[in-house]
Parts: sequence; C-alpha cells; structure tokens
Amino acid sequence: MNLQNLWFVLIAVLWGGYFVLEGFDFGVGMLLPFLPRDERQRGAMFESIGPVWDGNEVWLVVAGGATFAAFPAWYGTMFSGFYLALLLILFFLIVRVVSFEWREKSESPRWRRVWMWANAGGSTGIALIWGIGLSNLLQGVPLDANGDYAGGFWNLFTGYTILGGIAFVLLFAFHGAIYLTLRTVGDLCERAHKAALRLAVPALAVGAGYLIWTVAVAVDHNDKSVFPPVLPAAIAIVAFVLAAVCVYVGKNGIGFTLSAVGTLGVVATLFTSLYPRVMVSSPDFANSLTVQNASSAHYTLAVMSVVAVICVPLILLYQGWTYHVFRARVGGDELTGATDAPADSPAG
Amino acid sequence: MPLVASTTVDLARLQFATTSIYHFLFVPLTLGLGPLVAIMQTLWLRSKDERWLRLTRFFGTLFLINFAIGVATGLVQEFEFGMNWSVYSKFVGNVFGAPLAIEGLAAFMLESTFLGLWIFGWNRLSPRLHLATLWIAVLGTWLSGYFILVANSWMQHPVGYKIVNGQAQLTSVWALLSNNFALRAYLHTILAGLIFGSIVMLGICCWHFLRRHETDLFLKAAKLALIVAVPVTLLQLVVGNRFGEAVTSAQSMKIAASEAQWNTCQPCGFSMFQIGGFTKQDPTPSFSIVVPRLLSYMATGSFSGQVQGLNQLQQQERRNFGRGNYIPNVRTIYWSMRTMAYMGMLMFLVAVLGAWLYWRRKLEQARWFHWIALVAIAFPYIAATAGWILTEMGRQPWIVQGLLLTSKANSPNVSTTWLGISLGFFIALYVVLGVVDFVLMRRYAKPGGAPPEPASEPTPVVSY
Repeated sequence: MNLQNLWFVLIAVLWGGYFVLEGFDFGVGMLLPFLPRDERQRGAMFESIGPVWDGNEVWLVVAGGATFAAFPAWYGTMFSGFYLALLLILFFLIVRVVSFEWREKSESPRWRRVWMWANAGGSTGIALIWGIGLSNLLQGVPLDANGDYAGGFWNLFTGYTILGGIAFVLLFAFHGAIYLTLRTVGDLCERAHKAALRLAVPALAVGAGYLIWTVAVAVDHNDKSVFPPVLPAAIAIVAFVLAAVCVYVGKNGIGFTLSAVGTLGVVATLFTSLYPRVMVSSPDFANSLTVQNASSAHYTLAVMSVVAVICVPLILLYQGWTYHVFRARVGGDELTGATDAPADSPAG
Repeated sequence: MPLVASTTVDLARLQFATTSIYHFLFVPLTLGLGPLVAIMQTLWLRSKDERWLRLTRFFGTLFLINFAIGVATGLVQEFEFGMNWSVYSKFVGNVFGAPLAIEGLAAFMLESTFLGLWIFGWNRLSPRLHLATLWIAVLGTWLSGYFILVANSWMQHPVGYKIVNGQAQLTSVWALLSNNFALRAYLHTILAGLIFGSIVMLGICCWHFLRRHETDLFLKAAKLALIVAVPVTLLQLVVGNRFGEAVTSAQSMKIAASEAQWNTCQPCGFSMFQIGGFTKQDPTPSFSIVVPRLLSYMATGSFSGQVQGLNQLQQQERRNFGRGNYIPNVRTIYWSMRTMAYMGMLMFLVAVLGAWLYWRRKLEQARWFHWIALVAIAFPYIAATAGWILTEMGRQPWIVQGLLLTSKANSPNVSTTWLGISLGFFIALYVVLGVVDFVLMRRYAKPGGAPPEPASEPTPVVSY
C-alpha cells in the first residue's frame, strides 16, 4: 500500500473513530429533551458523557488537521465549497461545547433549559450536516478545472444527501440510547432501553435504505462496481440488526459494540465507495479530486505516518483507560449501590 | 486594515483577525493558569494544607470556564484556513498542515482527554494519579502551543521546504520543528501565558483583599502569583528583545515598520513616542522622544548595528518580487509594538511592587495597590492582542513571507456576501459568548460570589 492510500484509510479511520465516539454523545444530546423524567435524570445524562465528550470531539479536529496535511487540495476545496454547511457546523459545535460547561453554572430552570436545548439542537444539527456533507463527497458536486467548488449552497441538498443526514441522526440517537442503558441505573436506564427499542426500527429502516442507496450512487456517479462497497454496507446493516436484537433481549453491552461496528461500517461504505476519489465532481467527472491529485508529497506523508503510528495506539490506550475509569453507572432519581457515595458523585 | 472592508481579501483578513485575536484571549490564560492550578494541587498533596485544595478548586473553576471557549474558538481557526483561504491551504498544506495535524494527534487529544479525567476524577482516581492527570493536561496545552507556533512561524520565516508545481513541499521536518523563529516565538508565548496566569491571579487575589474576603487564603495564592510574576515579567522583557533580533533577520520590513524607520540608519535611536512620521509623504515626525542607539541594540544586539529603512527595503523587495507595495501599515505596527512593550514593562512594575509589599507584609492592606492589580488584569490581554497585530500585520503584504501574497491566497469561490455573512455571524456569536463568559468568570472570581467550598469532602468543584 502506498502512503497516499494509507492516509486515505487513516482519514477514514479518524472519521470512523469520531462517529463511533462522538456519535453516542450526540445521541445522548439528542435525547435530552425527550428521555429524562426530570432535571436529575437530565443531569445524569449530562454526567454520563461529561468526562468523555471533549476527547471524542478531538477526533474531528484530528481528522480535519490530517486532511489538511495529507490532502491539502481536498481540504481546501471541501472547506471552501461547503461554506455555509461548515459555518452551521461551527455554530452548533460552539453552542454545544459551551452548553456542557455553562449549564451547571446556574440553578435557574430557564438557564438550564436553554443549554439543554443548545446541546440537543447542536447534536442533531451536527449529525444532520455531516450526513449531508459526506454524502455529497460521493454523489458529486460541481468542481471546476482547478478543483474548486463551482456550485452553491442548495446544490448540497438532494434526496440522497438528505437521507444521509437523517440516517446519521437516527443511527446516532440509537447508538446513544444504547450507551445510556450501559451508563445509567434504575428508571433512567429503563427509559433509555425503551428509547433504544423504539428507535431501532426507524434507524434500521433509514440506515439500510441510505447504505443501499450509497452503493447505487457509487455505481452511478463514481464509476464503481457493486463490490467492494456492498461488503461494508452489508456488514453495517447486519451489525445494526443484531444490535437491535441484542438490545431487545437485554444484551446491551454486545448491542453497543455492534452499533459501534455498524457505525464504522457506514463510514467504511462511504470511503470504499469514494476510493480512489476523495471528492467526486459532477457533471464534469474528470475534475474529480483523487487520492493521487489531492495529496501531499511523499515526504510529508512519511513524516505524518511516523507520528500517527506512535500517537494513535497511545490515544486508544489512554482514551480506553478513561472509559475504564468512568465505567461506574451514574444515578438517576434513586441512588443505588451502583453509583459512588453521594458526596462522591459529580453534580452534573 | 480598513474598518469598512470592501474586497473579499479585506473581509477574509478582518474575519481571521477577529476570530484569532478572540481565540487568543482565552489560550494564554489556559497556558498560564493550568500550571499554577497544578502547582496549587501539588502543594496540597505535599502539605495536606486544605487551603491549597480550596484554592485549587477556586482557580480550577476559572481555568475550566476559560478553557471551554478556547476549545470552541480553536475549532473555528482550524476550519477557517480551508473555508476562507483555500488557495493558501493548497499552497502550504504539505508543510503547514503537518504541525496542525501533529498538534491534534500529540497534544490536543492529550489535553482534552486528561482534562476530562481531572474534572471528573476527584474520587475515582488516587490523589497522586488525579494530580498527574492535571499535569499531563497542562503538558498537552504547552505542546499544543508549540506545534501551533511552529506552523505560524513557518509563515513568518519559511524553512525546510522547496517549491514544486506551485506548492510548498516539506523537505526537512527537523528544520521545521527547530526553526529558530519558532523556538523564540514559543518561549515568548509561554512566558506570555505565565504572565497572564500570574497577573490575573494576582488581580483576583487583590479583589478579595479589597473586600477583606478570605484574606489568609488569598494571600497564599498572591504569594504564588508573585513568585511567578516577578521573574517571568522580567524574563519576558529580555526574551521579547531577543525575539526582536530573530524578526530583524527574518523580516527586516516588519522591524523597520515597527520603528517607522524610513531610511537606513547606523547607529539607530529608539523612538519612544512620536507624532507624525508614519507615511512615505511625511517620514519625519513633528515631535518625538528618542533614546540614542537603543534601536541598534534591540534589533541587532549591538549598540552600533545597522537597521535598514523602509524605503531601501521597498526597493530591494521590488527588485526581488516585482512591482507592488511591500510596506505594511506603519502607524499600526509602530503603535502595536509600543503598546505591547509598554504593557510588558508596566506588568513588571506591578509585579515588583506587589512583591515588595508582600515582603513588607503590607500586601493585604495596601488598597491603592489592590486597585492597580485589579486594573492590571487587562494588561496581558492588551499586550497579547497588540503582539499578534504586530506579528501578523507586520508581515503584510505577505501571507507566507516572500512566498505567497495575502491578496492571492483567499478562496476564489467564496464571495463578499458569504464572507460578510460569516463575519457578522462570528461577531454576533462571539459577543454573546464573551458576555456570558465574562459574567461567569466574574461571578466565580468575585469575593463571596462563589466562595471556595469547605474542603472536608473533595467533591469536584466543576462539572459540566
């Protein structure tokens, strides 16, 4: 495998890591207005992702930075082309970041409601836009001969890309609900379990529809054969179905692992469908950005590879340890033996 | 930079200036307050003195409120290169992208993850391990700063690259990482961070003295702040000066502009203050206070060194790069340099005065000094902002010194309309964030606002 392909795979891995991890904290955020019975349960939901969301979000920062370094032309075209979409993502990211920090700073119910909605809106909005944006890479956008985006904002919306956005939202909500069943106790845990079951059918239906459509778009718009994109798509669909079954029979831990596998499968389907292009041009297919024409030179890629080989395993190690440290379930409206002593449980 | 910008480049510049200056209001306080909080927690662990724990939590809260906005506004910076400066991104990605990506992988990941552990780990980790998470997070913030300054310094003084097919390509990562300019800029920035941390901390302590609130407790913090502030403000005056030498060799135009030195001189006096003399048509100030030979020393390290003038440099640049104006906005550069330097000196005086009062055991009673220290909280913010205006506007018209002009680097497909909309959007959002942040910081910093909790049970002081 040459370094350009390696970096294409690594960027897929970074997006995969981002969606598996931040996917569940987006899901928890989306469920904030609907799931909890009261403010204490809402606080427990915040607490369930409090220690980890920031580390999860860094996967996006790294994916962005890695794209800048490894595929500058892709980075420049995508970020300047999807201008308004990225502006909206920044808006949602920012209100979401501050919602975590600021919500706790006042007891006022109105204040807390504002930040709860900021978090829920941000989580939903970001998932929706990433779904739409990444689907556009594959479906194709107008690029000129310099590889610059020549379309407008509304070019980004088609039936397929909108379905992509909705699929991301539903799959993350499902993923987040399963996460909550693992991290909470009592009534809140039961409510999360019910929510996961209720979300399973729409998430599966839309998710499967989106994946199948993705393979079709890859064939139609990107000159691909059905195989290999169909392989990760099939794995993703099977993983999500099995995840739903596991949740139904109460094997939530395995269910969560499977929904993580499914999420990775979605990202793998998108990137397999893209390869060897990174951004498809339509209607002028010849203007597409590819792994070859958008990449940095060999030396930069080699340096970056060394850094990634050292850092990524370390990151997985210490982030894994973080999840181990915070494995204890967080309290809902009753305090049980599963939580720490009262003095001990963080207020948020 | 005109306030009413008319072209896309002007708008893109105004947007970058606004968002990066804003971002940098939060970053240096993180760089400086982080280690101070970590020292306080270390002292608690060593001495078992509960007061250090209370102070750790008190200043830890301020640190985290501040950190959140630093993260949020940092994302904007990363996206903005691609959104508004796509030509630049494609030109520099090979070189400039690498330290940004390494920053994410090696530093930002570390600080975000370990800060989460610190915030929520008070009772889940052993006290030693819990303290270690904070020190690791601090290490992450310091590493992060290094890689960002490596990236920025390459724009000021490009090294370790070659131009291939109209793109800068990296040829030596070691040259990039050990860029003399970057190392000096980094030291300058880290010291700035420590000045932020200690001066802000001193100001808050004095606010409490002023209200006679928890005097004993805050006297301990004030002592720590002064122990840091005196040496770092002094060191910064020296380092800032040495940094000036690096700028002289890499960016002669920036130094000439910061001194409004229109013609080559040897030896050169340093203009402390002047009226007029900022344009080519009016190169001689109508009034000025000049210290003989000081500029020669500051720019070259020798009291008889030569400093090239703007007119001579302009001719030289025209020979090298063709027609065009290569002189930045002299008036702005001149005053931003002086604002930064004078603020630096003032902060040194405040620190020395505070230390003297502490030594005479009068610090907690000297109300006049409390007011000075409270006002001095603004000084590091003013100095850092002026410093970045000097660094970035002093490089104009270049976006990458000698390689790419700012006027040719913006996104060709992003119109003035979109730039106007996004600029308005960021300003509106940042004003709201700034107001809320200020209110929160004030509430948590003010005497009796959110008093440091009794330390009997170490519950986390902050949670999301």
